[in-house]
Amino acid sequence: MIKVKADALQGTANILNKNGNHALLAMFGADERATSGKLAIYCLFAHPDKRDVDILKAEFDKNEDSYESLTSVIPASAWYEREIFDMFGLKPKNHPDLRPLVLHENFPEGFHPLLKTEPVDKQIRGTREYEMAVSKGEGLFEVPVGPIHAGIIEPGHFRFSQAGESMLQLDAKLFFTHRGIEKAMEGKTPFEALAMAERICGACSIANTWSYCQAVEKIAGVTVPKKAEIIRTLLLEMERLYNHVGDLGNIPAGVGFSPAISLGNKLKELLMRCNEVVTGNRFLRGMLIPGGVKFDLTEEIVTQVLATLEDVEKGFLDLVQMMEEQDEFKDRIRTTGILRYSTAKDLAMVGVGARASGIKADSRKDFKYGIYDELDFALITKEVGDVEARIQVRIEETKETLKLVRQLIEKWRTTLDVQLICEVPLKAGQAWGVTESARGNNVHWITLDDNGKIDRIFIRSASYPNWPGVAIATNGDIIPDFPLINKSFELCYACIDR
Amino acid sequence: MFKVLESIYKNKIVTEDISTTGSDRMRGKIEGTSDVLGACETICPAKAFETDGNQYAIDYKKCLFCGECVRAAQGLSHSHEDVLPEFIAATQVAVAKEITNKLGRSLNVRHVDAGSCNACDFEMGALSNPIYDLHRFGVSFVASPRHADLIMVTGTVTRNLEQALKMTYEAMPEPRLVMACGACAAGGETYGSTYAIVGAVSEVVPVDIYIPGCPPRPSTMIVGLLAAADLLKERMK
Repeated sequence: MIKVKADALQGTANILNKNGNHALLAMFGADERATSGKLAIYCLFAHPDKRDVDILKAEFDKNEDSYESLTSVIPASAWYEREIFDMFGLKPKNHPDLRPLVLHENFPEGFHPLLKTEPVDKQIRGTREYEMAVSKGEGLFEVPVGPIHAGIIEPGHFRFSQAGESMLQLDAKLFFTHRGIEKAMEGKTPFEALAMAERICGACSIANTWSYCQAVEKIAGVTVPKKAEIIRTLLLEMERLYNHVGDLGNIPAGVGFSPAISLGNKLKELLMRCNEVVTGNRFLRGMLIPGGVKFDLTEEIVTQVLATLEDVEKGFLDLVQMMEEQDEFKDRIRTTGILRYSTAKDLAMVGVGARASGIKADSRKDFKYGIYDELDFALITKEVGDVEARIQVRIEETKETLKLVRQLIEKWRTTLDVQLICEVPLKAGQAWGVTESARGNNVHWITLDDNGKIDRIFIRSASYPNWPGVAIATNGDIIPDFPLINKSFELCYACIDR
Repeated sequence: MFKVLESIYKNKIVTEDISTTGSDRMRGKIEGTSDVLGACETICPAKAFETDGNQYAIDYKKCLFCGECVRAAQGLSHSHEDVLPEFIAATQVAVAKEITNKLGRSLNVRHVDAGSCNACDFEMGALSNPIYDLHRFGVSFVASPRHADLIMVTGTVTRNLEQALKMTYEAMPEPRLVMACGACAAGGETYGSTYAIVGAVSEVVPVDIYIPGCPPRPSTMIVGLLAAADLLKERMK
């Protein structure tokens, strides 16, 4: 860990970022006044050669409450800095857009919930300014959408600035489902807070829980039994499978391509049922725990999984061919919602959204966790960055994942260890954990205090760095294509809002 | 084009009857007894487990079905059946069969996400898949609260969505029903109480039906919706 004073944060971060080649993974504040007497900002940068993370920590003296914004040198930090300002009141100087991010207009100015001086359940009412960013000019008009949408989707408010049918600008107001999970977890042991970690997000349940477990296990300095690692890896791939297949069935909904929607949804349902067979929950909840997994698989269960896989694979290939043959569908997805390589890199985007624009990053390869090093799978990238490229990445990744699940079941069969869980002593420390969710890498940072209770947890889901990219990808496209573009990224709201 | 036609021809009807029984590992109702009930109460993350040492009661509105109590106490076990809201437990799936006589009208539903983790939302989306095919019961999702007989609310109500939920409710025509769907909406204990949370849905708008589960399985949701149709018919009288 590199420690600097607050005024050296920008310079040092710029060096560690290596022109964006060492992507900014996360940036967050922490209130350490009880121990060191200071507030702090942490930055995590990927270090691909070492397959590790560089940690930068800037400390703020008592009278300091501002620092030079990183956004001008690392555009990816824009949202993080807004969040830190909301949560801790540390102000980035010369930030281009310092509107509130997490706390909406019903919270008063000057309320910074993650400061230790604020009680967790403080009920505070008030008002503050929250202006949407819009373009003004002759003939331009605004289209407001949400937060309660017409379909069954999560809440977010979108404000389109329109020049006729073309979207000139899109501003997304998110964090409607902000539940204060990070604060709620403070003061609990990692075991007590486990149920909450599983419920940060439904569709990224395993990714979040595993990142969380990794951080706790690193602090404790324990090695998880081999068999548990195999099962965890299997669960993460099963999560990717139902998400990718579900997304491929959902993207056609953006253009009303019914037979594909219907088939995709049917396949997803088969996988959800399979999830329940394995873990007892359709979202794979209730199996992971710091130290390992709560229960084992059985031969009967894996046979059932393999049989489902057969059915799903067949239907999935049909779905792919269906999309392939439909020229009208191709017309809609090609050259729609283009995200450039440089944008993806500047915003440190992750997952399918980044890989479809040529970014070669996948935390299953970039970091060491689970048993991915023993498995055979390819890193999929495309260059074009349009909706079609994102569909293609998902299609090819689904094929890889089908392969992976079969390999993992074979590993499970041939690994004869019986130990599933190890003791996790709780002690003071800090650590990060990372997993590749269906949407990209998911990073957790945990600080435990002397009693082994959570002092600070920062949850950076894959959707967090990708949301700003969606707004850019829509520029210049027509507004009827927005649902299509949005679905092609398929980001969670719950994960980022926390 | 040919694949589309082939698929329509080959796949035929995949719609199934509603079954409230899950897999062998599914965590449903908690049964049995144990001599360490106190430990269960302590370990329950959602304050759903209450005991005096000899007997226990579970508030299924709050229960996350995480299985921690069953893990902690020998003697307790899960059934593999959906837990249904008490007042419809008797009618259960039979309702589904005779629904057409009972309904006599359709039920229009609007979804409101008041702060969920999206699991309930995804399950609600699954209701429209060809396997559950909610439309066959005369229940459909509509795009505006002004067209809705019922709002299905998911998630513990957050401060940032409190106003949106109230406004959605107020925009509905009478008679109107509110369903709190899932442990967060029904019990509101999933994340405890924080600066960003108002609480369970019932603290913001009156609730008529509670659907247990984290998330509720699609079958539970359907049984709840069918019960709602009955309730609505009563209110129309």
